[in-house]
Amino acid sequence: MTSDTPTLDVRDLKTHFFTKAGVARAVDGVSFTVGKGEVVGLVGESGSGKSVTGFSIIGLVDPPGRVVSGEVRFKGQNLLDLKAEQMRKLRGNRIAMIFQDPMMTLNPVLRVDTQMVETIRAHDASVSKADALARARDALGQVGIPAPDERLRSYPHQFSGGMRQRVAIAIALLNKPDLIIADEPTTALDVTIQGQILYEAQKLCRETGTSMIWITHDLAVVAGLADKICVMYGGRIVEQGLIDDVLDHPVHPYTRGLLGSVPGHNTRGHRLYQIPGMAPSLLNLPEGCAFQARCPKADDACKALPHITNPVPGREIRCFHPHLDQDEEIGA
Amino acid sequence: MTEAMLEVRGLTKNFVKKLDLAGRIAQKLGSSIREEVVHAVDGVSISIAKGGVVGLVGESGCGKSTLGRMIAGILPPTAGDIVYKGVQLTDMSPEEARRAALEIQMIFQDPFASLNPRMRVVDIIGEAPVAHGYCKASEIHEYVSDVMQRVGLDPEYRRRYPHQFSGGQRQRIGIARALAVKPEFLVCDEAIAALDVSIQAQVINLFMDLREDLDLTYLFISHDLSVVEHISDRVVIMYLGRIVEVAETDDLFREPNHPYTIALLNEVPRVDQRGLDYKPIEGEIPSPLDPPSGCHFHPRCPHATDRCKQERPVLREIAPNRWSACHLNDGT
Ligand SMILES: Nc1ncnc2c1ncn2[C@@H]1O[C@H](COP(=O)(O)OP(=O)(O)OP(=O)(O)O)[C@@H](O)[C@H]1O
Ligand SMILES: Nc1ncnc2c1ncn2[C@@H]1O[C@H](COP(=O)(O)OP(=O)(O)OP(=O)(O)O)[C@@H](O)[C@H]1O
Ligand code: SF4
Ligand code: SF4
Ligand SMILES: [Mg+2]
Ligand SMILES: [Mg+2]
Repeated sequence: MTSDTPTLDVRDLKTHFFTKAGVARAVDGVSFTVGKGEVVGLVGESGSGKSVTGFSIIGLVDPPGRVVSGEVRFKGQNLLDLKAEQMRKLRGNRIAMIFQDPMMTLNPVLRVDTQMVETIRAHDASVSKADALARARDALGQVGIPAPDERLRSYPHQFSGGMRQRVAIAIALLNKPDLIIADEPTTALDVTIQGQILYEAQKLCRETGTSMIWITHDLAVVAGLADKICVMYGGRIVEQGLIDDVLDHPVHPYTRGLLGSVPGHNTRGHRLYQIPGMAPSLLNLPEGCAFQARCPKADDACKALPHITNPVPGREIRCFHPHLDQDEEIGA
Repeated sequence: MTEAMLEVRGLTKNFVKKLDLAGRIAQKLGSSIREEVVHAVDGVSISIAKGGVVGLVGESGCGKSTLGRMIAGILPPTAGDIVYKGVQLTDMSPEEARRAALEIQMIFQDPFASLNPRMRVVDIIGEAPVAHGYCKASEIHEYVSDVMQRVGLDPEYRRRYPHQFSGGQRQRIGIARALAVKPEFLVCDEAIAALDVSIQAQVINLFMDLREDLDLTYLFISHDLSVVEHISDRVVIMYLGRIVEVAETDDLFREPNHPYTIALLNEVPRVDQRGLDYKPIEGEIPSPLDPPSGCHFHPRCPHATDRCKQERPVLREIAPNRWSACHLNDGT
């Protein structure tokens, strides 16, 4: 591995669900990289495949879903070649995921201390139980859980929604992994606690070079935290680039619609901009661009699949008619 | 002021953490685990006018969901009154109580836990409307399709089970289920937190349309202050089980009074803020298991004095239609 090998390099990843009603192409040709210490924001339409992208990277896609093609290179090695046992070793150790549903991390019948000590000792069996407990206690404090000693002895159902999420975050941070995939980690938290979590996450990236994929729909959080942003729609990344470039000059019609829908100071009493129509069922996506039924710029060309292009430096998009003239009205 | 649709007075909920089987065994084996009392909601009074939208904001774990669940009649209060349309919930006849239970609907924070995994979506959404005569059993598919469309879900998905949906899609199933029984009062607990901004815009617009068309009343629990500012007439701020500030939306965002409210507004992330250096929370985050004496916020408050440590500040009217619970207001 050379120094400029990215921590994660996902290439043309496809994950499909083979359901009775048909094949749902949840992830359909996704490529992006995450450098050492870099934070990549993954945003996009609900149901566009953000979580499934995360599951595919850590090898947790359940039947009827399957990774059908592509590569997931972690520090140069293709994870899709690993045996289940090797993958299990990597998970929670070098790669951790904070799930959208914290109960996917937490075992409801085990006390929080038991779960945290197990996670630490699975990584390094030489850590004594007392040391592991002390580290678990510190980790809870870092994510803003008060009275960590008492909370350690609790079961997951005794926590509020947001506290459960913070315990799951603390568990993911325990072993200082090389890559963290965080799926809507702070959605359930108030903004002051969210700030605390973002502080801890940022510290980990800066001090230990941990890389992060931050899946969220909160564009404001991505704006403050991420270096790069990937915008998904219908199983594909439709626009990616540096955070400032994309947020200040979005060129894909979907990205523009998304940014136009954010409520703010001067929207009260007004209707919010709404992208017309609704997300199509993955089971019968149109041929070509998935956004065509809702896109103001769609024409016959869009019935073919838009390949990845670079209409402006440092930007990758999938669209035949990008908005290169920034003065156009949103929705125009 | 117009007559209150819903009024709660001195509402209180304590959770006594009874030891479960594993806990009791642990105790027998000499563990120091013990029963604990959480003061989740501590003497809260609010009044909501018909057709109004009250935003409820507060720290994770401060008792918002607990308050919402008591109002929705799902959780019995430890003390205090809930008066709906002028009648105490506890004084209602069985028929009145049944009506109130239908009219007050709650959209739950946790879409994973609140949907029965063994039921198809059409039955999850359609069961109650059929049982209560809003639609015939033979018309359930049309009825449900219509509601699904309104929340931006493709009706083609109606024969699926909850686990086959993404997080945001499941949240919309919960919204559809609540709307299907034509409620008058909606308790929305982080109802749109899991949705991406374009669908969020759609659901917010839908809520506002329903308010106009059907005069729906809302208690809107959310961490997203931009959304709260956009949709609420009045905002209630809670901290550790107590209300610390109540104000008209414009007043609150223009001139927050309580130091916790000020801290919250300072942390609101914004799309135009990039590459932030996050800071940890100053002071100690208190525990609901053992709340600080006096003003609950004093361990984190930059203005705390000795008086704040001893004396609980009362929530009092500091200007017309504005309440705040902070000793600083006594000086002037
Ligand atoms: N077990 C499954 N069977 C069939 N389809 C599935 C299954 N799991 C997920 N899907 C589909 O895959 C698509 C992608 O889901 P995913 O959870 O990745 O969305 P997401 O982008 O994370 O959305 P959200 O923001 O709402 O969480 C969705 O349309 C979903 O319906
Ligand atoms: N069933 C329960 N048993 C014991 N404690 C509980 C229970 N439900 C809630 N609590 C406690 O009550 C307090 C308030 O919880 P609640 O869920 O109302 O918070 P919240 O304000 O909705 O938080 P969040 O924003 O994280 O959802 C928390 O300290 C929580 O741990
Ligand atoms: S390819 Fe066509 S339909 Fe798709 S986003 Fe671009 S202009 Fe719109
Ligand atoms: S009462 Fe005292 S500690 Fe509480 S918010 Fe006011 S100044 Fe701060
Ligand atoms: Mg998801
Ligand atoms: Mg809650």
